[in-house]
Amino acid sequence: MTVNHYIFLSAILFSIGAVGVLIRRNPLIMFMGIELMLNAANLAFVAFSRQLQSIDGQVFVFLILAVAAAEVAVGLAIIVALFRTRQTVNVDDVNALKG
Amino acid sequence: MSLSVPDLNFRVIAPALIVALTALIVLLAELVTPAPRKRWLGVLGLIGLLIAAGATVGLWGAPASAFGGMVVADNFGLFLTLVILLGAALSILLALDFVRAHRVDQGEYYVLVLFAVVGMILMATATDLIVIFLALELLSLPLYILAAFKRADARSLEAGLKYFLLGAFSSAFFLYGIAFIFGGTGTTNLMKIADALAKNPRNDLLLVGAGLLLVGFAFKVALVPFHWWTPDVYDGAPTAVTAFMSVGVKAAAFGAFFRAFLVALPAFAFDWRIVLAALAVLTMTLGNVAALLQSNVKRMLAYSSIAHAGYILIALVAMGASGLSSALFYLLAYTLTNLGAFGAVIALSDGERERLEIRDWGGAARQYPFIAAMFAIFMLSLAGFPPLAGFTGKFLIFSAAVETGWAWLAVIGVLNSLVSAYFYLRPIVQMYMSEPVPGWDRIRVAPLVALALVLALIGVIALGLYPTPAIVMATGGFLR
Repeated sequence: MTVNHYIFLSAILFSIGAVGVLIRRNPLIMFMGIELMLNAANLAFVAFSRQLQSIDGQVFVFLILAVAAAEVAVGLAIIVALFRTRQTVNVDDVNALKG
Repeated sequence: MSLSVPDLNFRVIAPALIVALTALIVLLAELVTPAPRKRWLGVLGLIGLLIAAGATVGLWGAPASAFGGMVVADNFGLFLTLVILLGAALSILLALDFVRAHRVDQGEYYVLVLFAVVGMILMATATDLIVIFLALELLSLPLYILAAFKRADARSLEAGLKYFLLGAFSSAFFLYGIAFIFGGTGTTNLMKIADALAKNPRNDLLLVGAGLLLVGFAFKVALVPFHWWTPDVYDGAPTAVTAFMSVGVKAAAFGAFFRAFLVALPAFAFDWRIVLAALAVLTMTLGNVAALLQSNVKRMLAYSSIAHAGYILIALVAMGASGLSSALFYLLAYTLTNLGAFGAVIALSDGERERLEIRDWGGAARQYPFIAAMFAIFMLSLAGFPPLAGFTGKFLIFSAAVETGWAWLAVIGVLNSLVSAYFYLRPIVQMYMSEPVPGWDRIRVAPLVALALVLALIGVIALGLYPTPAIVMATGGFLR
């Protein structure tokens, strides 16, 4: 296993996440796609960190995990509040604003 | 093994620290403040912003870096810090009556604004990609909540959801770009990336990373084709929030955008200048043409803010000292003018009912001659009529472009300004020449909103008539 394998895996994960955000219509699933993209970045950081013999990349992962957790809290709160007023969270039904 | 403690120079981040401390104090004070007195929490926030502005001025002229070169207090960052603090202070003035009229929780509103300001200041002064990312998140998370702040209003919640999903999506691109730049150079520090590039100019990983970074920035400052969230979010979010984020996020994100590309990637300048020039043309043209078609003031201003991002991008393409200072001046002028324009929308609203359709603005000049006149001046400044701030800003940017051999880009910018005059003049015509629309007599203009408008107006006119001091301040540049 070289660093290339890890970077390919991370690129695949990132693409799955991005495609998921673009084609799925449920905000929870879209949100999972975003999490997948963030974790693909984490994997890339750790792989590069190992290749470069530098601990920096691994430290960044901790910071990113903390950010992702804060993002989950805010995102789920917005989704729950939306569900309370609309009884749906499908983004195709959330269209009061003309886009 | 020896551990070296980096130079923790807390003085350098004093403005951000003071705002963060103010936010915590307001958060605690909110618990013990009875509901009728919650407006004073906003005043507390204003005082904190003023002290932070004082600290920023105290740092002026002596560039210094701190935390192992992760943040700097150079004149570029400090100028943007002042712009951000000014924008935040004016938008809190606009919000003091707004939050009560819209019956939303008051204390938390100011806390979230202040935390977003901390993120903006850090983003404008950070010199490390990871710090820029963390600052970006620190400014975005409070803004997602603020966009959805009217919890009972489906439009506000929808704006919050859209802003959140697309903001988080773009953050992921931004972060993945940082990962590749780290892989290509072994560092996330902007100066060290430039050094690594100077040693080894063919670096494919870094090229991929820079591309992803560009996508992330393009989302945040709303460049075409990454702009489609902007009209919906600006339209649905509470107007006071829209006013704040339309100016603060632009200043912070453009600050980091300029710094990342000019400090870390000058070796690739030949490539990214062409890409950015194309993006600038697309952004200006599409923003202005789409603004022509809008009937809603907030959506019109949203597309206008997209177009203005295009003008500022010309300054980045121009590079050099003149490009940098013109962008700083433009951001200052845009902040004052745009806050004024949104402030006038807030001033002419009847409690929770806002007049957002331009055709409902008929007769405003007869009932509210002063507000209407101020709104007209802000519109003219956005369109770039002399002798107002917007004209000076556009003049500086276009002349910087001509100086550096991008005359065709300046010509497209000027043509776009001509197109934009049409939709900026439309609400003025409506206010002054159309038949009055009923219901104006119910509106009471809040004195604090009027105060914010007058302050913005003084700034817009002063920057237009006597821009020299601001231009001199803006020519500080980076600390390398």
